[in-house]
Amino acid sequence: MNTLILCVGLGLFCLVAELINIRKLLLPILLVGLGVLFVFTLTTWGTELPPSIWGFSMETMIRFDNFSIAFSALAIFITALVFMLAIDYYKTEENHITDYASILMFTLTGALVLFSYWNMAMLYLGIEIVSISMYIMAGSRKFDTRSNEAGFKYFLMGAFASGFLLMGIAMVYGATGSFVIEEIALYANGGNLSPLFITGLVLILIAFFFKVSAVPFHFWSPDVYEGSPALVTAFMSTLVKITMFGAFYRLLSLAFPGAISEVYTILFIVATLTMSLGNLIAITQVSFKRILAYSGISHAGYMLIAIMAIPVDSSAALFYYTISYAIAGVGIFAAAIPVFFFMNNEKVEAFNGLGKKNPALAFIITILMLSMAGIPPFAGFLAKYYVFSKAVEFNLYAITIIAIINSIIGVYYYFKVILAMYTQEPDGIEVKPTTLYWTVAIACALLVIVIGILPNTLMGLMS
Amino acid sequence: MILLLLFIPLIAAAAVWLVGNKLASRIALIGSVFQLILTFVVYLQYKNNEVFYFFQEWIATPKISFHLAADGLSIAMLLLTNFLVPLIILSGFNREINNARSYFALILGMQFALVGVFLAMDGLLYYIFWELALIPVYFIALIWGGADRVKVTLKFFIYTLAGSLFMLLGFIALYWYNPGQSFDIRELYRLSEVVSPEVQSWLFWAFFIAFAIKIPIVPFHTWQADTYQQAPTQATMLLSGIMLKMATYSLMRWLLPILPEGVAQWGPFALGLCVFGIVYASIIAIMQKDLKRLFAYSSVAHVGLISAGIFTLTTVGLQGSVVQMLAHGVNVVGLFLCADIILNRTKTNDIASLGGIRSVAPKFNTLFLIVVLASIALPLTNGFIGEFMLLFGIYTYNIWAAVFAGLTIILGAVYMLRMFQNTMLGETKASTKVFEDLKWNEWAVLGIIAVVIFVMGLYPKIILDLTAPSIDAILNQAIIK
Repeated sequence: MNTLILCVGLGLFCLVAELINIRKLLLPILLVGLGVLFVFTLTTWGTELPPSIWGFSMETMIRFDNFSIAFSALAIFITALVFMLAIDYYKTEENHITDYASILMFTLTGALVLFSYWNMAMLYLGIEIVSISMYIMAGSRKFDTRSNEAGFKYFLMGAFASGFLLMGIAMVYGATGSFVIEEIALYANGGNLSPLFITGLVLILIAFFFKVSAVPFHFWSPDVYEGSPALVTAFMSTLVKITMFGAFYRLLSLAFPGAISEVYTILFIVATLTMSLGNLIAITQVSFKRILAYSGISHAGYMLIAIMAIPVDSSAALFYYTISYAIAGVGIFAAAIPVFFFMNNEKVEAFNGLGKKNPALAFIITILMLSMAGIPPFAGFLAKYYVFSKAVEFNLYAITIIAIINSIIGVYYYFKVILAMYTQEPDGIEVKPTTLYWTVAIACALLVIVIGILPNTLMGLMS
Repeated sequence: MILLLLFIPLIAAAAVWLVGNKLASRIALIGSVFQLILTFVVYLQYKNNEVFYFFQEWIATPKISFHLAADGLSIAMLLLTNFLVPLIILSGFNREINNARSYFALILGMQFALVGVFLAMDGLLYYIFWELALIPVYFIALIWGGADRVKVTLKFFIYTLAGSLFMLLGFIALYWYNPGQSFDIRELYRLSEVVSPEVQSWLFWAFFIAFAIKIPIVPFHTWQADTYQQAPTQATMLLSGIMLKMATYSLMRWLLPILPEGVAQWGPFALGLCVFGIVYASIIAIMQKDLKRLFAYSSVAHVGLISAGIFTLTTVGLQGSVVQMLAHGVNVVGLFLCADIILNRTKTNDIASLGGIRSVAPKFNTLFLIVVLASIALPLTNGFIGEFMLLFGIYTYNIWAAVFAGLTIILGAVYMLRMFQNTMLGETKASTKVFEDLKWNEWAVLGIIAVVIFVMGLYPKIILDLTAPSIDAILNQAIIK
C-alpha cells in the first residue's frame, strides 16, 4: 500500500517541481525515488499485510501477494531504466519535462494497481490510469502530425476497448452480484455458469486482447508505435505490455479459474493468430519500430500460451517471460534511439554497417536480438522454454508446435537487423551514444545474459 | 579437469579478442594446442580407469544440472575436435583476414560449444551447447563469407534452428514423462520402459529431424552445399569436420538409448533414407563442377554411411561409424584445405578451368593425393577401416542395403579420381601456370593430416579400444530384449 502512495507522491512531486523550478534535477531525483520504491517493494516480500489507509481496510479493493510484489518490482525497475534514457532524450525539451515525468509516474501507479487489484472496479481504474497516460504520451509531440495521429488513434481504439471492459464487468456483476475477485471466483468454480457470465468474460477478454495487442485487435499497435516518440514507444512496448499481461494473468487465475476451459477455444485461436500474423507481417516491414511492434504482437502470442496454461500455475513462466522480454526491449531501444538520432532515420537501413562503425553497439544489439529470437544461452531462450514446458505439462501440444514454428519465422526478421549491421556497407555518419544510453544498453545486455544463465532466483520467486 | 577442458577455449577466445588483430592467430593456436595437450592427458588418464565427472545443480525449476562426464565415446569426439581446431586455426595463417581477432575468437568460441556438446550429460545443458555452436559459425560465415553469404547463411541458420526446436519439444515432453522430472541422462536412460511405444514413435521424429538436418541426411541436406561453398574455409572445416559429427554422436548418445522403441519402429526407415542418400549424393557429386560443392556432396555420402551404420544397432556398425567419424573429420578438413589452396592461388574452384597443378606444385600434389585416396577408402588409410566396418555392419543387417551402400566406394572413386585427374594432372592451363607450392603452414597442416591418415589406417585399435565400453553400454540400452 505504501509503495502505491509513495508512487503517487512522486508523480505529484513532478508537478510541483515545475513550480519550484528544479527541472534539471527532476529526473535524477526521480531515479533516486524509484530506487527507494524498488527497495521498499522488496522489503514487503512475503508479508501480505492487509492494506489500509488511515485505518480503513482496503481488503476488498486491493491485496498484495508475492505475485504483485514481484511484478511491481519489475515494473519499477523497467521504469527506472526508461527514466535513465529520458534524461538525455528530453534534454532539448526541458519545458515539458515535468509533465512527461509525472505522466510516466502515473502510468507506473496504474501498473502497480493492476498487479494487485482485488476488485473489478480497481481493475478498471488501473487500466484507465495506464491507458489515458499513454494516450497523452503517444501524442506528446504536439507539432508532429504522426504523433498526433498516434495519440488520436490509440485513444479512439482504446476507448472502445474500455467500453467492452466495462460492459463485461457489468455482465459479470449481473451474474455474480459482486465486484470482488474472490466472490466471482466462488461463482466461477461452482459450475453451472450462466450465459450472462460467459458473455461478460468474453467481453473482458476482448478488452484485454486489445490492450495486449493480440490479433485481431492489434491494428492500433504498429501505427501507434511508429508515430509515438521513440522513448514512449519503448515505454509502451515494455512496461505497458507486461502490465497488461500481469493484470490479465491475475484476473484469469484468481477470478475465473473455473471458467478458463469455457473460453479455451477463443484463447487458442487468438494465440495462434497473434503469433503467426505478428511474425509474418513483421517479415515484410522496413521500419524498425514497426518490426518491433509486430514482434511485440507475436511475443504477446507466446505470453498468451502462458495464460492458457494457468491451470498448471504458469505464473513463474509468465514472470520470467515478461522480464526477459521487457529488459531486451528496453535495451534495444537504448541502443536504437541513438542510431535513430544520428542517422535521422527510423528504418532498418539506419543500422547499415553499424558493425564497422560502432562494433560494441552492434554487438550489444546482436545479443539483445538473439535473446528476442530465443537463442540460448540468452534469457529469451529460457523464457520460451518455460512457456513451452508449461504448455506441454498441460498437454497443449498443438499450440506448442505452432509456437515453435513461429519461433523459427521470428529469427528471420530479428536477423534482418543483424544482417544490416554486419553485411551492409557503412556510410560516413558516426553513431556516438551518450553515457546514459551506453549504461542502459550494456546493463540490459548483461542482464539478458545473467538471468539467462542463472534464472534460479527469479524462478524461485513465484513458487 | 573436465571443467578446464570445457572452459579453456572460452578463455582462449577472450584472450585472442583482447590481444588484437596482429597476435590473434598465434594466441589462438597456442590456446588450442594447449587444449589438445590437455585432451591427451585426459585420454591417457582415462585409460587408467580414472572417471571424469562434474555435477552441479544449476537451475532448480525445471531441474537442469550442470552435469559433465567423459566416457570413451566423448573422449574420442574430444580428440577429434581438439585435434582439428589447431589445424583449422593454423590453416588460417598466411591469409588476409579482416578483423582477425574476432575471427579467431569465434572459432575458439565454436570449440567451446562443441566440447560442451560432447561432454554434457543433461538434456537441456546439451541442447544449450548444441544451439550455442550455431552462433559463432553463423557469424563467421556471415561476416567473412562469399558473395551470396547473406541468403545462404540465413537459410542455414533457420533450417538447423528449426530442427533443433523440435528436439527441444522432444526434451520437454521427456521431462514431463520422467517421474523424477529432470533432464539428467541417467534418468532419461531409464525412461525407455516408462514411455509407451506410440509416444516414442513421434518423439523419435522430434529428435531425428534435428539430427538429420545437421548431419545432413537426404532429403534434409539442401542447406549444406551452398553453405560450404559460401562460408570461409575455416567455417567449412568446422562445419564438415566437427559439427556434423555432433549430430551423428547425438544419434548414439541420445536417440538410440532413450527411445529404443521408437528406433525399433523407425530405425529401418531411417537406415533406408541414409542408404538412399548415399547413392543420391554420390551421383550428384559426380555432376559437380565446383570443387567445394563436390566435396560437400561427397561429405553427404560419407555421413550417410556413418548414420546408416548407427541404425544397424550392431557393435561393428557403431564402432565403424565412430572410426569413420574421426576419419572423415580429418580427411574432409584436408580436402577443404586443398580446395582453399587452389582457390587462393588460382582464384577459382571451377574444375574445368584447372589442370596440371602437379607439374608446378609437386609437394601439394603428393599430400592432396594422400587425402583423396583416404577419402575413397584405399586400404592402409583411415577411410578404409571405417568404411569396411560400416559396410560389414550393414551387411549383417540387410544384404541389399549393403549392396547399395557399397556403391559409395565405387562412385566415390569415380568422382574423386576424376576430380583429381582434371585438377592436378594433364597440361597446365592459364589459371594454373603460376602456382606457388605449399606455404609452411599449409605444409604443416596437410603433413599432419597425412600422418594421421596412415596412423589411423594402420592402427585403428586405439579408437576401437577407447570406445568399445561406451558402445556396448549404448547398445545394451538400445536393443530391446
